[in-house]
Amino acid sequence: MAAKHKKSPPAHPLTRSQQAWLIASAPLTVAPGIAYVPGWLAASVGIALLWRAVLWWRHAAAPPRWLLNALALAGCVGVFLSFRHFFGKDPGVALLILFLWLKLLEMRQARDGLVVVFLSYFLLFTHFMEAQGLGLAGFTVLALVVVTAALSSLAQTRQSVAARLRLSALMLAQAAPFMLILFLLFPRVQGPLWGMPRDAYSGMSGLSDVMEPGSISNLSLSGAVAFRVRFEGDIPPRHSLYWRGPVLRQFDGRAWRAGFQRPIRRPQDPQEMTLTDSVRYTVTLEPHNRHWLFALEMPLTAPADAIISNDYQVLSKQPIRSRIRYDMQSRLNALPQTGAAPAPRTDLALRPGNNPRTRALLENWRRELNTGADAGANADEAIVHRMLDYFRRESFFYTLTPPLLDGRHSVDQFLFETRRGFCEHYASAFVFAMRTAGIPARVVTGYQGGERNPVDGYLIVRQSDAHAWAEVWLAERGWVRVDPTAAVAPSRIEAGIASALAEGEPLPFMIGADLDWLRAMYFRWDAVTNGWNQWVLGYDTLRQRETLSRLGMRQPNWKSMTTAMAVLCGLLLLGLTFWALHKRARLTPVLRAWNRLSRRLKRAGLARQDWEGPADYAIRVTQARPELARPMADIASLYIGLRYGKLDGQKPLDELRRLIAGLKIARQR
Amino acid sequence: MSDSLMDQTVRQAARVVLGKERQIRLALACLLARGHLLIEDLPGVGKTILAHVLAKSLGLDFHRIQCTADMLPADILGVSIYDRERSTFQFHPGPIFAQLVLVDEINRATPRTQSALLEAMEEHQVTCEGETHLLPRPFFVIATQNPSHQIGTFPLPESQLDRFLMRIEIGYPDPEAERALLGGADRRELVADLGPCMTPENLIELQRSLQNVHVSDALIAYVQALVEHTRRAPDFKTGLSPRAGLALLRAARAWALIDHRDLVLPEDIQAVLPAVAGHRLHPANSAPGAQTAADIATALIGAVPIP
Repeated sequence: MAAKHKKSPPAHPLTRSQQAWLIASAPLTVAPGIAYVPGWLAASVGIALLWRAVLWWRHAAAPPRWLLNALALAGCVGVFLSFRHFFGKDPGVALLILFLWLKLLEMRQARDGLVVVFLSYFLLFTHFMEAQGLGLAGFTVLALVVVTAALSSLAQTRQSVAARLRLSALMLAQAAPFMLILFLLFPRVQGPLWGMPRDAYSGMSGLSDVMEPGSISNLSLSGAVAFRVRFEGDIPPRHSLYWRGPVLRQFDGRAWRAGFQRPIRRPQDPQEMTLTDSVRYTVTLEPHNRHWLFALEMPLTAPADAIISNDYQVLSKQPIRSRIRYDMQSRLNALPQTGAAPAPRTDLALRPGNNPRTRALLENWRRELNTGADAGANADEAIVHRMLDYFRRESFFYTLTPPLLDGRHSVDQFLFETRRGFCEHYASAFVFAMRTAGIPARVVTGYQGGERNPVDGYLIVRQSDAHAWAEVWLAERGWVRVDPTAAVAPSRIEAGIASALAEGEPLPFMIGADLDWLRAMYFRWDAVTNGWNQWVLGYDTLRQRETLSRLGMRQPNWKSMTTAMAVLCGLLLLGLTFWALHKRARLTPVLRAWNRLSRRLKRAGLARQDWEGPADYAIRVTQARPELARPMADIASLYIGLRYGKLDGQKPLDELRRLIAGLKIARQR
Repeated sequence: MSDSLMDQTVRQAARVVLGKERQIRLALACLLARGHLLIEDLPGVGKTILAHVLAKSLGLDFHRIQCTADMLPADILGVSIYDRERSTFQFHPGPIFAQLVLVDEINRATPRTQSALLEAMEEHQVTCEGETHLLPRPFFVIATQNPSHQIGTFPLPESQLDRFLMRIEIGYPDPEAERALLGGADRRELVADLGPCMTPENLIELQRSLQNVHVSDALIAYVQALVEHTRRAPDFKTGLSPRAGLALLRAARAWALIDHRDLVLPEDIQAVLPAVAGHRLHPANSAPGAQTAADIATALIGAVPIP
């Protein structure tokens, strides 16, 4: 009969409650990945987990091995077809998810359960390669509690669901101080932790070096944060918050481009540094995979690893692929800008032949002014003002949904026919017009304005604050900023995009919301996110040094950090151990004496088994060492009386101690 | 003095049921602890003889009920019959009205009969036609059952099993005992010749003195640890109930009393554990019957340190 059973019962089969824990933890570990793995895989995860749950519910057996093998093969082929390779982060995560649900379907024994748990831990970690937000972190903690509970269910205990979750949370809470020490002290490497291949940076939004009709108005519908700014002192007035980004010079009749010339470093002007009316601020820039660092016009200092070009762009040497913080100093528009003189080839270049009506209008103005009273140097400035007046006077509208401009005479079409446009239309038409009048001009894109978060005082600049304006070269003043949008819709500059648009225009999320509590909640959430970004994700080499020297560590380097880390972890471990030992029931003197007996007899190979009762123990010792029969009988009867009988008091206890101390245990014969 | 009575009883029983002193002691302990005993084993290993010997040695009047599938509750409990002469209903007590009742092959009776019997065992009384009839004191049931995988039986459900303080197995005798058995006189004659070693009054006195057996806090902690372990370890389908814990302690007291001690040791708990916990614990994973009660108890004892 025994032989018949030999094969079938496995060593440690999973119980139903263990299976339930493992199945329940799986959706939590997979969930954050659903957003970025291929759709078919996400669907297969859902189906497989449901299938597994149904099998569990019905007490059904696991699917046959050939089916699982076929599914594994099909899954691997699917991953290969989706990514064309097996390397890098995304195929790796996809494979992990695939293996997790296959293992769930296959698991039979406790060993399989452990594999599932460790796969889950690893999978939870990999999600942070995709995103590092506060929401994901919170969710991961939640999932960790459940996965750890599943792990504890694999151990030899039976507990209620609530008790198990509590235990798991307690264990993680005990790990938290270690986490904090490691976080603070683990030497940081410069740059992002994982240098991922190309697939890591797709999908970042922001300004680009091409501006065509619609590119900025599309961006304006996004409520995503472009960057956050903390000012030293008050935030300057809104109409001077021009965050300078890409400068565009080449026009092909439809789109403006930056052109291909290398940025030229602008020579530092020592005089500028002595000016006192500059503003200082710190920008935390979201990654956009380009080189621009946004700064208020006009930037005076460039952060490390960046330059200020001669057209006042701040350019990082590396594309911004992770969130960075940089300190900036800028001079607001109080003084005229100097900067490089215009280059006719780029700042005046026009394609001949198109937009004849605009050309005619501007040539007409030029003629009038040349014959008029204020000819000469002021003529350029007068033309600028005429153009702005023209925008103001004629019936131009500011709208996010302008009619399509087609054909090669798009500026003509805009200025004389549709007259409805967004900032890029106005900037584009204005610069084109200036160039036809012979005034060097260029388009500047960037962001305008921003919103102060009342909770933490940061200025939030969103993609919806994207803006385009113009700069013209005036002989006596240098490059001067002109914002034609301000002429058409002054409220865009003064109050933001929501107030400048007509009723019924589509608005980016939250921008137009007039629910105060919703806005308040949004600001609170944004402040928390920002704090997370600043202090957790932004905790880089620099901030680590800063924090550690503030904590009193002189010259923190990786050696001292590692030492401190090891020492602190050791101390903490020691403290926790003492605490745990202290918490155990204090032993009574009787038990201490009894344990001493066991320790003494241990040398003779006669240690007490911890489940062995006193009488049995005495018999066993006596059988092995007949010469101890008498003292052992006395000791056992005293101990039994003290511990299990009604014997009490100091005298028998002293006697017990004396007997145990006086026990003569000869060396093994 | 009374100690020697118990010793005599054990000795006398051991002369008839050869090589089974441990089972005899357990049965006696069960009796002293006012519990009922279930003996589960194959036919012919001496279940009936053991019951018979105990009844004789303890001077108890003895009835035997052989269970069959067509048996009705009235066949055990008794029945009220109309008496013409007195024009009243007269209760005719069934075979359960005895101090020691042997219920043979209890798993052959239908669940209905089983439950009537077990209810009487629990309540120590029989209610018939609205009239309550007290059972005699002391009252002790020894039920036997063949291992439950035999055909045509109604295995006792877990809740009914719980009514028995102990379940023991007798097992085959060892070679020496078997030789003595084969060479000795007829067991039935031996039983017939037995005289009582004590009176029912002595027995009740002994049952009362169980309360004087000291149970220390350390021992209670041990019982609690054992019970707690069965609830937490995944080896068992369900853990031991508080009633099982109480039963364990009561049986251990009786065991200590038989051993002439006025205090309970962990060894006493360990000695009665297979009999008390074996039928209340079910391994979570193995097929039924794959692990004996002794295996389960040994594993349990080994897993729980004595505090």
